[in-house]
Amino acid sequence: MNDKQQKASAYWKENIRYLGILLAIWFAVSYGAGILFKDTLNQFKIGGFELGFWFAQQGAIYVFVILIFVYVRLMNRLDKKYGYDE
Amino acid sequence: MTVQTWTYLLVGITFALYIGIAIWSRAGSTKDFYVAGGGVSPLANAMATAADWMSAASFISMAGIIAFAGYDGSVYLMGWTGGYVLLALLLAPYLRKFGKFTVPDFIGDRYYSNTARLVAVFCAFLVSFTYVAGQMRGVGLVFSRFLEVDINTGVVIGMIIVLFYAVLGGMKGITYTQVAQYCVLIFAFMVPAIFISIQMTGNPIPQLGMGSTLNDGSGTFLLDRLNSLSTDLGFAEYTSGSKSTIDVFAITLALMVGTAGLPHVIVRFFTVKRVKDARKSAGLALLLIAILYTTAPAVAVFARTNMINTVSDQEYSDMPEWFTKWERTKLISFTDKNGDGKIQYVADNAKNELVVDQDIMVLANPEIAKLPSWVIALVAAGGLAAALSTAAGLLLVISASVSHDLIKKIFVPNISEKGELWAARGAATVAVVIAGYFGINPPGFVAAVVALAFGLAAASFFPAIVLGIFYKKMNKEGAIAGMVVGILLMLFYMLKFKFGIFDGGKEAVTALKKDWWLGISPEGFGTVAMIVNFVVSIVVMKFTPPPPKEVQEIVEDIRIPSGAGEASGH
Repeated sequence: MNDKQQKASAYWKENIRYLGILLAIWFAVSYGAGILFKDTLNQFKIGGFELGFWFAQQGAIYVFVILIFVYVRLMNRLDKKYGYDE
Repeated sequence: MTVQTWTYLLVGITFALYIGIAIWSRAGSTKDFYVAGGGVSPLANAMATAADWMSAASFISMAGIIAFAGYDGSVYLMGWTGGYVLLALLLAPYLRKFGKFTVPDFIGDRYYSNTARLVAVFCAFLVSFTYVAGQMRGVGLVFSRFLEVDINTGVVIGMIIVLFYAVLGGMKGITYTQVAQYCVLIFAFMVPAIFISIQMTGNPIPQLGMGSTLNDGSGTFLLDRLNSLSTDLGFAEYTSGSKSTIDVFAITLALMVGTAGLPHVIVRFFTVKRVKDARKSAGLALLLIAILYTTAPAVAVFARTNMINTVSDQEYSDMPEWFTKWERTKLISFTDKNGDGKIQYVADNAKNELVVDQDIMVLANPEIAKLPSWVIALVAAGGLAAALSTAAGLLLVISASVSHDLIKKIFVPNISEKGELWAARGAATVAVVIAGYFGINPPGFVAAVVALAFGLAAASFFPAIVLGIFYKKMNKEGAIAGMVVGILLMLFYMLKFKFGIFDGGKEAVTALKKDWWLGISPEGFGTVAMIVNFVVSIVVMKFTPPPPKEVQEIVEDIRIPSGAGEASGH
């Protein structure tokens, strides 16, 4: 493997790691908090919301938006680190 | 001014605006037509994507569905926004780097096979036509209720408008019209929501109002009140729902991967300059979408509470004007079963006297809350903007599939640029006419087919694209086998459990419910079909030759963001 290829595969590995972490959070807030553990979380309330219901209809969506912006920042930094920035 | 005058005025102004933009930004080349010349700014692209993504279903139907389904309606909220995360993280940047015009283009080139391309074109057609018919229906609904023209005339007017700017402007025209349409639709959705939130809870932010206490001095939380109203009438508790956990899980996942595979949204990311812009644009678009998606559940709660309070156990003769107007469109119907002149609205079918179509909740909401006429008219204009923007995006996918994927890539490879542009325009025209036909004569199975479209996108496109990017060794045999098996399995399940074809037709469907595999409804089955697709692809790949070296190099190349260049068809 030459330098160029090595750089590319290191970049790809870091990218996959980021995706893994971000998608784990994605899964946790929607399928976890909003569906699988909804009934347990519903025992807690914030304001008038039962917590599980809040995740399913509000919280998960807020986290989704944040996730994409975090992804954009991480990737921009990664691009710079490997000189793929343009 | 009356509601009708206001509606004519607002709809007239917005339509004139769309047409003006279309003339100003008409397409000069195939590149303008397919990808708006490839130089759209991330913010403009994000607004256009948001308008494209939010269809008549999001604007008109979704809050209504949630109002009736309560917690179960969450599948749409999480499904349609969570799918966007998959799109932004797993597909958009790489497809942008790949840099072709259409999704079948990617499938065809990545899997070095025209068979794969054809399968992809077929899926794109099916998904897009189903959707576009739904949009035309939405246009007809708004026209018939607010402008009091015949629903068919409404559809025809909608067709002419879309035809005008899609055929003339292509992607370029559509993009800039969609920017305007986003502004119209989000304003139209938020204004009544804010009004009603203040009215009911005193909190101007609907997302918070939904979880606040009522304004009537009782100190009760709105959601608690709605829960007790619902259970008093025999319905399930609003915040609990009645679907099984596994089914909610499966439907949410099917909607997520299905929407991530929608060709008209994917194609949006070909219109920006760099991979970096594609990522940023995806983030902005979800932010713009989330404004509506977090407001919709609040609107659902307000509308449901208001509706129950207005109609339940009230004299029929005292019903306000909006009630009789919707009755005329047959979307509300009342039969006085016990003859007491009052409306009994209860869960028990034998005693229930009122049937309300869930599609009218958003449109009727401002009237139920007695908001000023201009707000009611604004909602009509917003609904039209949502329907038209999505319809235009879908028509473009259909026309590009015909002129680019079929004519140029398969049948007439040496067609001139000008010829291809005219073929694209011709295909768009034909597509509008067909969509209009289905809008006027909706097949009884529209809703079922929409669910099928998501399932199909989940079962076919999504695994093929994801494997194409993340699994270098995936070959054409694996991808084609996966797509074909996924689609067929999905079709079989839908035909069996949604249409009852193998068991004597529609009447058998309810009885078949107990036979659902793992208790998963046809709407959620896309999840299973998708998993089967992944498994089949990988197994078949293990026994067939690996992809050629050039293709593996393409995959390595799309993983690196720099040097994206402009999208091109060659």
